[in-house]
Amino acid sequence: MYQVKSARLLAENVYETWIEAPHVSRNAEAGQFLVLRIDDEGERIPLTISGVDGDCVRVIFMAVGTTTEKLAALKTGDAIHDVVGPLGQPSEVHHFGSCVLVGGGVGIACLPIIAKALKESGNSVIGIIGARNKDLLILEDEMKEACDELIITTDDGSYGIKGFAAGPLKEICESRPPDAVWVIGPAIMMKVTSGVTKPFGIKTFVSLNPVMVDGTGMCGSCRVVVNGETKFACVDGPEFDAHQVDFDLLMSRQRFYHPEEKESREHHHSGGCGCGGHH
Amino acid sequence: MADRSAEVRINDFSEVDCGISAEEAVIEAERCLRCKKPACVEGCPVGIDIPGFLKYIEEEDFRSAIGIIKNSNMLPAICGRVCPQEVQCEGECILGVKGKPIAIGALERFLADWEREHGVTVPESKEKRKERIAIVGSGPAGLTAAAELARNGFSVTIFEALHAAGGVLIYGIPEFRLPKKVVAAEIDEVKRLGVLIRTNHLVGRSVPVEELLSYDAIIIATGAGLPAFMGIPGENLIGVYSANEFLTRVNLMHANAFPQYDTPVKRGGNVVVIGGGNVAMDSARVARRMGADVTLVYRRRQEDMPARLVEVHHAEEEGIRFLTCTNPTRILGEGTVTGVEVVSMDMCELDDSGRPSAKPIPGSEQIIPADVVIEAIGQSPNPLLIRMIEGLVREKKGNLKVDEKGRTTVPKIFAAGDVATGAATVILAMGAAKVAAESVRKMFDGE
Ligand SMILES: Cc1cc2nc3c(=O)[nH]c(=O)nc-3n(C[C@H](O)[C@H](O)[C@H](O)COP(=O)(O)OP(=O)(O)OC[C@H]3O[C@@H](n4cnc5c(N)ncnc54)[C@H](O)[C@@H]3O)c2cc1C
Ligand SMILES: Cc1cc2nc3c(=O)[nH]c(=O)nc-3n(C[C@H](O)[C@H](O)[C@H](O)COP(=O)(O)OP(=O)(O)OC[C@H]3O[C@@H](n4cnc5c(N)ncnc54)[C@H](O)[C@@H]3O)c2cc1C
Ligand code: SF4
Ligand code: SF4
Ligand code: FES
Ligand SMILES: [Mg+2]
Repeated sequence: MYQVKSARLLAENVYETWIEAPHVSRNAEAGQFLVLRIDDEGERIPLTISGVDGDCVRVIFMAVGTTTEKLAALKTGDAIHDVVGPLGQPSEVHHFGSCVLVGGGVGIACLPIIAKALKESGNSVIGIIGARNKDLLILEDEMKEACDELIITTDDGSYGIKGFAAGPLKEICESRPPDAVWVIGPAIMMKVTSGVTKPFGIKTFVSLNPVMVDGTGMCGSCRVVVNGETKFACVDGPEFDAHQVDFDLLMSRQRFYHPEEKESREHHHSGGCGCGGHH
Repeated sequence: MADRSAEVRINDFSEVDCGISAEEAVIEAERCLRCKKPACVEGCPVGIDIPGFLKYIEEEDFRSAIGIIKNSNMLPAICGRVCPQEVQCEGECILGVKGKPIAIGALERFLADWEREHGVTVPESKEKRKERIAIVGSGPAGLTAAAELARNGFSVTIFEALHAAGGVLIYGIPEFRLPKKVVAAEIDEVKRLGVLIRTNHLVGRSVPVEELLSYDAIIIATGAGLPAFMGIPGENLIGVYSANEFLTRVNLMHANAFPQYDTPVKRGGNVVVIGGGNVAMDSARVARRMGADVTLVYRRRQEDMPARLVEVHHAEEEGIRFLTCTNPTRILGEGTVTGVEVVSMDMCELDDSGRPSAKPIPGSEQIIPADVVIEAIGQSPNPLLIRMIEGLVREKKGNLKVDEKGRTTVPKIFAAGDVATGAATVILAMGAAKVAAESVRKMFDGE
């Protein structure tokens, strides 16, 4: 059992939860994730480790289905059955020179820890964080602190620059091309945004989020195709060279269980889980 | 041995084989000739004194009988159920030459089940000693090594990456062949010897290598969990599984009881399973129990299948269609699987393994409709940890190099089970674990 140390709402439907898990926190590096299982009937889901403080790790997630809704309902002092991690390869952090980190939506959660690691390795770091609107934007203060410069975009223009993060990224590539770029967010956003750096030949990383089970390389559920080769994202990734990733396959495989996910949500909302519709 | 009828059992996950009664056990044990040089013992990889325990059964002293087994095998309820007895103890039994060999596996299982009902006596451990031993992996190899070392007084910690202990016993072999409560009870006995099992700890990640190396000795028992894929077109379509994934979703995560359990799996429809081993049989029979129409495609003949005979027989009874001498060439579909293209195979001369090699027959292609395809064509050791420890050597197929004493190429690191042999059997993993545990003990006793 792993205890929830604090839990709060960060933005509309986006939650921040700190979990006590020393075996994870003490060994976590930028870019890694954990897998958790909330209760005995629960599934295993992966979440990025977005912060570390002593014996605790932080996850930031959007409540989109059964498990993230269950997680969102947990309060300080509640227990999570299982937490395993850190999993996956750490981000490729070394001295590049200048780096740009682009985050979309809840993908921003991955960035502060990478930004800090890059800074420690002597890089200059520009952050670009984007959300649909002002209310959905997360971690602005943390990113401001972690980066040398922070650019904000919103789709509707309610805050920062109006439009997608791809816009300012392109400008930077033209005016002062960086040595490495990270793009993390929904698959479609990663596909489009990482396309921007390709003509410039700039090394670009994306963090892939296929459906996972064990997270240790045992099942192959998380397979993705990179440079024409099948890889297991949980052990070979989750970060890969953006310009070699088959994003269409990733997006297709993310839909593997859409009918079942809907059924599961309906089951839980109808009180089939015995919670009376509380998560 | 009574099996529940196929029509009934395909609707649930309860055990197929109901076991034998005490009366049946005594009658069966009486048939034993008490051979002076018992061939059956030669056939058992852990060398159980088989005539010894059969004699106690005959005398209806079940407590002493199980005691004899446990001298050599800490997991008898498991082995009695899943050992390929026909090629081991029973395969060697002298009575098998002319008639039926003694049903050694069924008797072993009977005794273990009897003991679980009548109260388990935990064997005594030797005096506590100061050395700390780390074991990586809680499959049969890790559990056996842990039990052996704990009985010798060592302080033993098992690290397991998954949330439950047991390895393949818990995530691979289905409930209807090996009930999880049986596995849990045998694991509980290992814990009662004082072994600490730390689940959710992936060694190399949650436990850094330096921390692992701070133990006085280490046994790597991480199994062969890395699934192989055929490498044919269409493998990444929705609906294509490795057997590991499919079985894990059902056995470990209970996807058969979805949506009560949250883990989904594709159910029903047409399922094509590729392979001819235990893993393929288990996948086929699990899919069948969730309402699917199942076709098992195997590239050689039925008699060449490496699965235990009884599993092949059970699968047939349960209505699994066997398409032998057939090999898949492509998986078809747009986003989601719709079918598998297969080609018939011509059986040729025997190859090194004594089985016929097979060549595709041009023009014999056909398409089998499929909503789900499960590839059960083999597993190899997960390289994650092995690559992280300097000095360990990986041999062909990724097996970790060990000598006959279970020693790796790095001092104080030992290994046992599938990680060293490649995918094998429960009892071979246990046998190797005993050897490795003995080597650890000798290292500290200066022998
Ligand atoms: C390495 C990695 C890191 C991730 N980090 C974060 C994070 O920091 N914050 C965050 O909000 N989300 C993250 N995700 C996605 C997160 O795992 C899914 O949102 C979550 O599993 C949804 O579960 P659910 O039951 O609530 O929703 P469901 O209704 O079951 O699923 C909604 C969608 O989430 C995806 N999904 C479902 N099950 C899984 C699974 N077992 N593994 C991966 N994806 C799944 C599918 O695309 C699905 O359509 C990460 C995914 C990966 C692979
Ligand atoms: C579906 C299926 C059916 C089978 N049927 C039979 C049968 O009927 N009869 C038979 O005799 N054999 C059968 N086998 C084979 C048998 O199960 C294996 O040979 C046996 O389990 C090997 O034992 P092991 O302890 O070496 O490894 P495993 O049982 O594979 O256990 C290894 C454990 O190590 C853990 N691990 C791996 N890496 C790490 C790490 N870095 N840190 C922490 N933990 C780690 C894994 O999570 C796993 O739990 C079957 C196998 C399968 C897959
Ligand atoms: S452990 Fe396996 S091989 Fe040995 S006697 Fe028991 S069933 Fe036979
Ligand atoms: S070989 Fe058969 S008959 Fe002989 S001792 Fe063993 S079980 Fe009994
Ligand atoms: S999640 Fe199972 S292999 Fe990656
Ligand atoms: Mg879900």
